Amino acid sequence: MPVWICRKISSMTMPQWSSAWSAKVAIKYLKCLIWLGACIPVSRLIYLGVTDGLGANPVEFIERSTGTWALVFLLLSLSITPLRHLTQQAWLIAVRRLLGLWMFAYACLHVTTYLWLDYQFDWADIVKDIVKHPYVLVGATALLLTLPLAATSNQRAIKALKQRWKSLHKLVYVIGVLVLLHFWWLVKKDVTEPVIYSLVFALLIALRWLPFSNNRKS
Amino acid sequence: MLLDNNRRNPSGILPSEITPQAVFEQRRTVLKAAGVAAASLLLPTQAHAAQTLDFHKTAYGKEEKLTSVEDVTSYNNYYEFGTGKEDPAREAVLFKPTPWTIRIEGAVKQAKTISIEQLMKLAPLEERIYRMRCVEGWSMVIPWVGLPLKALIDWAQPTGNAKYIEFISYNDPRHMPGARIPVLDWPYNEGLRMDEAMQPLTILAVGLYGKVLPNQNGAPVRLVVPWKYGFKGAKAISMIRFVEQMPNTSWMKASAREYGFYANVNPQVDHPRWTQSSEKRIGAGLFAGRIKTRLFNGYDEVGQLYAGMDLQKNF
Repeated sequence: MPVWICRKISSMTMPQWSSAWSAKVAIKYLKCLIWLGACIPVSRLIYLGVTDGLGANPVEFIERSTGTWALVFLLLSLSITPLRHLTQQAWLIAVRRLLGLWMFAYACLHVTTYLWLDYQFDWADIVKDIVKHPYVLVGATALLLTLPLAATSNQRAIKALKQRWKSLHKLVYVIGVLVLLHFWWLVKKDVTEPVIYSLVFALLIALRWLPFSNNRKS
Repeated sequence: MLLDNNRRNPSGILPSEITPQAVFEQRRTVLKAAGVAAASLLLPTQAHAAQTLDFHKTAYGKEEKLTSVEDVTSYNNYYEFGTGKEDPAREAVLFKPTPWTIRIEGAVKQAKTISIEQLMKLAPLEERIYRMRCVEGWSMVIPWVGLPLKALIDWAQPTGNAKYIEFISYNDPRHMPGARIPVLDWPYNEGLRMDEAMQPLTILAVGLYGKVLPNQNGAPVRLVVPWKYGFKGAKAISMIRFVEQMPNTSWMKASAREYGFYANVNPQVDHPRWTQSSEKRIGAGLFAGRIKTRLFNGYDEVGQLYAGMDLQKNF
């Protein structure tokens, strides 16, 4: 639907209850779609794990896959704000939390794989690995920073923290940068993938500086 | 003339163009062979199953549990065919490792060329079961078939100026998709000190699992130095140069801070990226965890080569 129609519908011509109703339906469907989409990568990993399809280095396969999907969900959650302003669909904000929580879920799977399948909870080796290798250190820092965000991803926290909630959740930009560094430093020589993800991240940040986003309300 | 010809031979086909019956009947065989060839393109590991080598077993690594042939031939670092681990098995299918010659030059009595067939006759082929430790923190146990590098060095007759030996890999961007991208300084080159090259453990491998070396593992001939990280093992060697100065290898040029000339497996010398104190054994399973990495990958006999040397500095 062209932007000007949506704007018109939501601003004046349509009765209030109708636009609220259609947004509610849209939110419901979009949330279902996100749930379905988000379950595919982890289901695939389980299927491949059971059928011996994870290749010669299964732990590395799971680490790469869960890490990549955490990054994808991070970028998806960052795309909501520019998308809202580009399409004038204010209701899109309602799915941002879900995307952010899926990022957290995949980040947790990623770290669990590292701690359990890769290092068998050998804490001495894990601490050494984190301290000695910059890419592991930035990855671990990024994960720690997601904890307060995940913990405050509910209505009660939003109400309790008020303005501070928004400042706290600005941490997502720091997390994004750390995660991209984690990716850059981990690849040996071929930086194609980190370059692509960094460009997408840069684009999503740049879109926030465009003039149309000045009139944002939240 | 033309008319006349057509009357006697209404089809207009010259007798010389008629396919002899025997050849005509061969077409099924030809088609079948083409079918097999086409199928073998899809199944590279099975195509290679045809060529068995003549070799004798040795005591090296006979107590080790072998990494499966599937894993050894599907999880490879061979950047000329792509940077993904699965790329070489897929991209090297059309690579032709025969005919093959190795050019030998530099500090030798006389520069010369040796064919792969001649090379395989320099010494009896033997099986060596070696652990292979990759700098990325994983390892395999591979039954190589090959001959000591020393056999080739003796044949090459290096002069007294030969202090190092340099291996230059084949580089053909037309048939090696990865070589079109400047991820490394092509052609790939590696090197050894002469005493390392003469060490009995150092071999030129021409096969694995009793058969001709698959393309993705470095066919037709590659270097195997089991006490060093895997990247020292130059693949598809097309030139060997005896030199006086320490060669500047492809990985040293890529990042001298991360990859040294010696690249001896050493759990005490950490890599800026990967932990070197432990390793993952390929094929051990999802829940196997890591095993401790040993100095010189457990090949203690090479220790004397580095007596008095600071291994932290000369990594």
